Amino acid sequence: MAHTLPEHPAKLWRNPEPKRSYDVVIIGGGGHGLATAYYLASEHGIRNIAVLEKGWLAGGNMARNTTIIRSNYLWDESAAIYEHALKLWERWPDELDYDFLFSQRGVLNLAHSLQDVRDSVRRVSANKLNGVDAEWVDPDEVAKICPILNTSHDTRYPVLGATWQPRAGIAKHDHVAWALARRCDQLGVDLVQNCEVTGFLKDGDRVVGVQTERGPIRAGRVGMAAAGYSSVLAEAAGFRLPVQSHPLQALVSELLEPVHPTVVMSNHVHVYVSQAHKGELVLGAGIDAYNSYTQRGSVHTIEHQMAAAIELFPIFASAHVLRTWGGIVDVCPDASPIIGPSPLEGLFVNCGWGTGGFKATPGVGSVFAHTIAMGKAHPLAEPYGLERFTTGALIDEHGAAGVAH
Amino acid sequence: MTANSERLPEGGRIDRTKPLRATVDGIEILGYRGDTVASAMLANGIRTVAPSLYRSRPRGILGAGNEEPNALVRVERRGSSPMLPATTVELTEGLPVHTLSGIGALEPNSEAKDLDTRFAHTDVLVVGGGPTGLAAALAASEGDARVLLLDDQPELGGALLRGTDAELLDWAGGAAELLRARPEVTVVSRCTAFGYYDENYLLAVERGETLDRQRLWKIRAHHVVLATGANERPIVFAGNDLPGVMLADATRAYVNRYAALPGSEAVIATTNDTAYEAALDLAAAGVSVRAIVDSRAEPPEDLAAMACQAGIEVLADCVVAEATGTDSVAAVRIVRFEQPRRTVRTIRADLLAVSGGWSPDVGLFSQSGGKLRWNETLAAFLPEHSRQRQHIAGAARGRYGFARCVADGRFAGVSAAESCGYPAPDSPLRPGISERATRVETEQRPVWIVPAETGKPAEWREHFVDLQRDATVADIARACGAGMRSPEHIKRYTTIGTGSDQGRTSGLTAVGVLAWLRGMGSPGALGTTSFRAPAVPVSFELLAGRDTGKLLDPVRTTPIHPAHRELGAEFENVGQWKRPWYYAREGEGMHEAVLRECAAARTGVAMMDASTLGKIDLIGPDAGEFLNRLYTNGFKKLAIGSARYGVMCGCDGMVFDDGVVLRLSENHYTLTTTTGGAAGVLDWFEEWLQTEWIELDVWATSVTEQWSTVAVVGPRSREVIGAIAPELAVSNAEFPFMTVRETVLGNGIPARIVRVSFSGELAYEVNVANWHGLAAWREIERAGAGFGITPYGTETMHVLRAEKGFPIVGQDTDGTVTPIDLGMDWIVSKRKDFIGKRSLSRPDTARADRKQLVGLLPDEHGTLIPEGSQLIGEHTPVTPEVAPVPMLGHVTSSYHSAALGRTFALALLRSGRERIGQTVRTPVGDRLVSATVTEPIFYDKEGARRDG
Ligand SMILES: Cc1cc2nc3c(=O)[nH]c(=O)nc-3n(C[C@H](O)[C@H](O)[C@H](O)COP(=O)(O)OP(=O)(O)OC[C@H]3O[C@@H](n4cnc5c(N)ncnc54)[C@H](O)[C@@H]3O)c2cc1C
Repeated sequence: MAHTLPEHPAKLWRNPEPKRSYDVVIIGGGGHGLATAYYLASEHGIRNIAVLEKGWLAGGNMARNTTIIRSNYLWDESAAIYEHALKLWERWPDELDYDFLFSQRGVLNLAHSLQDVRDSVRRVSANKLNGVDAEWVDPDEVAKICPILNTSHDTRYPVLGATWQPRAGIAKHDHVAWALARRCDQLGVDLVQNCEVTGFLKDGDRVVGVQTERGPIRAGRVGMAAAGYSSVLAEAAGFRLPVQSHPLQALVSELLEPVHPTVVMSNHVHVYVSQAHKGELVLGAGIDAYNSYTQRGSVHTIEHQMAAAIELFPIFASAHVLRTWGGIVDVCPDASPIIGPSPLEGLFVNCGWGTGGFKATPGVGSVFAHTIAMGKAHPLAEPYGLERFTTGALIDEHGAAGVAH
Repeated sequence: MTANSERLPEGGRIDRTKPLRATVDGIEILGYRGDTVASAMLANGIRTVAPSLYRSRPRGILGAGNEEPNALVRVERRGSSPMLPATTVELTEGLPVHTLSGIGALEPNSEAKDLDTRFAHTDVLVVGGGPTGLAAALAASEGDARVLLLDDQPELGGALLRGTDAELLDWAGGAAELLRARPEVTVVSRCTAFGYYDENYLLAVERGETLDRQRLWKIRAHHVVLATGANERPIVFAGNDLPGVMLADATRAYVNRYAALPGSEAVIATTNDTAYEAALDLAAAGVSVRAIVDSRAEPPEDLAAMACQAGIEVLADCVVAEATGTDSVAAVRIVRFEQPRRTVRTIRADLLAVSGGWSPDVGLFSQSGGKLRWNETLAAFLPEHSRQRQHIAGAARGRYGFARCVADGRFAGVSAAESCGYPAPDSPLRPGISERATRVETEQRPVWIVPAETGKPAEWREHFVDLQRDATVADIARACGAGMRSPEHIKRYTTIGTGSDQGRTSGLTAVGVLAWLRGMGSPGALGTTSFRAPAVPVSFELLAGRDTGKLLDPVRTTPIHPAHRELGAEFENVGQWKRPWYYAREGEGMHEAVLRECAAARTGVAMMDASTLGKIDLIGPDAGEFLNRLYTNGFKKLAIGSARYGVMCGCDGMVFDDGVVLRLSENHYTLTTTTGGAAGVLDWFEEWLQTEWIELDVWATSVTEQWSTVAVVGPRSREVIGAIAPELAVSNAEFPFMTVRETVLGNGIPARIVRVSFSGELAYEVNVANWHGLAAWREIERAGAGFGITPYGTETMHVLRAEKGFPIVGQDTDGTVTPIDLGMDWIVSKRKDFIGKRSLSRPDTARADRKQLVGLLPDEHGTLIPEGSQLIGEHTPVTPEVAPVPMLGHVTSSYHSAALGRTFALALLRSGRERIGQTVRTPVGDRLVSATVTEPIFYDKEGARRDG
């Protein structure tokens, strides 16, 4: 018999009608929007908050991601915010009183070329000095951690080693969202679904509220947490973001008896896989190269991903793809997020998390809430302001860390 | 159970001349060709499958197709599969299957299957070979349009195969024959379309009779006709998961198509007309049909009369409230429709055939972007608006009954052909249509759920909605109570509809139950959850096709590769290329080999295959201008016959690629890129040429594979070049550094020889047409033999260039490094504009304390600092437990040097140039290693060796 999932609470949220005005309005009821509302209410004493969601709560990337959580990023600024998030993850199951299946089963980032090895050693070396748990493991150790991985020398791109972060892992995304939503609701936050923000109410250069499909709503401050649609919202507000939206796909297999004990990511062979609690294999790969706002991608991306999966895990060959889907991810030129004030007073931006913002959810919540409440960037968010695209102080995570998600 | 004990003595579409044996959980069963595993199980008296996933409840076979949630099996050995519905697996000789409780198991060393991919382009694609699809394909192909017809069964006919109407089956047989005879028609059976993407691009899986042969079809169609039929829905009542509860149409399939008896005493529960056929067919097969329980107050008279004639009682205005029994259905309790507390009757039965109405199979339609709309009369979501060139016809859009399906299919076929420009002659099909086939259905009275006698919905844990996920009305009620309203939330909270059956029997039912719980009357306003690809599960290996193992990514080798193998080279993957890494001789490891190769290049002569470098020809009057805009330095004024090193930046001012540009004539340049960067650079060129600078008259062509290049390096290289190119004047004056010469080698091969050096030594690159590559290599080897010419690989190349402080883009840079950071101010033009120039003046990019390329000499001469190691200040405490340790940069390249007799490294270091002479440290294993910061040049600082 299979693992049963923990039972959900009998009460999650009310479904309130939106009020005419709030102290803070958060646009977007994904993980980031909910976590921000949670910290605004729980740590900054602001209770008159609405989270406005155009569809069903947490139905965007929050419902579509592959739930990998890790903090082994290269640059100091990244390690700081992702490690802050990971520490919060470790507290959240108790704090939110919800078993959302947070499982610190570790993540292997595989190296397949000599340059991969250099980059990996570099990242591990930086992680260690930044206080992030990380190790370089050789192919034999890789095989011990994940015995079904093909570590033979006789493959197209043999595994030359890997970075290993034991505290990394996965969690059940929907349950995380519901845990947050329940807490927000308990703290008096109005979670309003089917309420798309279509424009902004302005007083000169100051944002004083939002226009929605359910009428205007005034707000003391407005926080944007709209992920793939951030550029659309910014345009409605009258400024441009250096963000491109792309489809990113993922897929699951049927339920299978446990075979895969950890999370494996390979940027070179291009696939990453974990096995969720119920037993399905969860796989993803890179973005679809074109820009799009539709939540669907091209099938050839999936085909490559399957070839890569079988290359690394021959045992997966006969597994079945049960479902594929796509989300829309918002990518900055340096593959790092934007968190901070916007060009308009009273409007704050959190976006650009691209393919990797699930793991940051608690970190974003705490940092973005602080930024909105204080009216200026939280210290961990300071490097992530919009100015960096003018000054050139980019935090380039694609060249360096090499690994998305 | 006894072999074939429940097999009808005659009838069915099984081939009784082909008996088969297979095993289920190790027990032998007998069947015939044409059986599925499920039908053979029933024929052998096996009605119970593995218990349910979470609650271990007994389960039986519910359906007869890919809607099956319960009867899951794992197949071993050839054709191995972790989980398939037994209702779709054809019985074959010796097939070993094991029943599963909703969770599959992977076999570690399963045998390889025969899997292939096939591409097809067609005018019209028809999906589904039932009456609608057959009519559509016939009509579409009448005017010679090219038609591809896919059907997922071994035999064409669709829903007709489940019936007994000989007239209609004859029609289908005739249609199939006609189609097969038409030259422009391709009929593929056992083929299921599962993905519908943009621009009428569809994917389908074709199975062989055995599971070890499959083919992936990739189809591009001008017009698509979806004739995917409809699926029967169950009804939710207490105990509706017991073995013996079946979909009514499935019971028809078992008796009519497979001649297998699913039970002996049956009750039929229905909301519509179709189950009457099941009742009559079961009765005709000898099943004692006790009653038809019809939700409608006034069932159609004609059907009621037929039932009566067959001795079947019709209980109108009634529904089944409960199926009871310990391991399978033993009795059925019937109540009044509006009065669930009033038991009308309890009837003994071992089979309960249920029809909760029909849902058009709109999965592919929805995938294609089509919109659905609720239809109250049919109690179903119907296709409303297509987003692609497409028709959806027949039962798939709620047109039920043979005659209407044929008419609808025909209309779709004609329109499809016309949309491709083919005439569709008007020759209406004239099937001998029987009365039954033309009968128009009477309205149904939908029943989503029959409430329990007592308690609240949140307690109804035996009212099953998703049998595979063991989810009940109680789960939906709980989700609702928690505040959830959207079907997407309900799905995720309860996991209903996420099983391998793609929620075929549970998805819409859940929406119906939700609507009922919320008192909404119909599910119309709630909508469905999204339909996603694949419509049926497809194996990883099928999608991967042949692109696995060695074919995962093409292996690229140069024409000189055979020589490298003969020399015993170790290879390194660089992009897709296999490049010689080093050539170890007897008794040598990499370390010794590299020291020897380096020494040869520095003191004698050495040779390397440099063919993998990207090469791009740029031709056109604006080629010089184009290069000027791309590279940080100028090329417009480069003299014909000269070469120049250049660096390119991205828009952000960061180094993107580098190489050497030659000018061959006024309008012809040719340039090299890094090996890994070749494709990216060409894309970059094309992006600018095609989207930004369309006014420039330049053509960029990749010539990487047209040329082979051999680098000849070392103080004695001039003598080797002189020997192989007798017509060439090789003196320093006549063939100076950074110039190009066209010549003919002594062996008759035309060659382009360039004097460039990536090692600091006197060096040449001999370029010849690809097909002469190996001959040129051998010629150089021969000519150099007397000088002890030594082949060297990428490792030696890296050491030699690092000794000179030449960075490698991608190793010593990482997308955050400007040419100025590399100390290449000299190459960055102050006068002209180029891509990235503006970014170089941004405050952060112009900062003085950026990370800069420096050299490092470890204090211990023998210590090799691992590449990638982070650098910290000399006195920085290493206490990451307390706070992040400030880092200054990292080691990008690190080697043992034969020339220096010690180790050395290159590094990117914050304010690096200011720190020259200072000490930095780096953790290596458990200790800290110190190194002195130096200029990034270690060998021949004056550049004296370049000219030999
Ligand atoms: C396939 C896939 C795999 C991924 N895998 C990982 C992974 O393994 N690990 C990881 O860390 N990250 C991963 N990510 C990235 C991660 O999902 C996102 O970075 C993160 O979810 C973004 O934050 P969010 O949860 O707030 O976004 P979302 O959940 O997308 O929230 C944004 C919300 O804003 C709403 N919205 C938009 N416009 C408006 C409007 N005008 N008015 C009202 N509401 C609006 C949207 O409907 C949406 O609900 C993945 C993403 C995808 C698509």
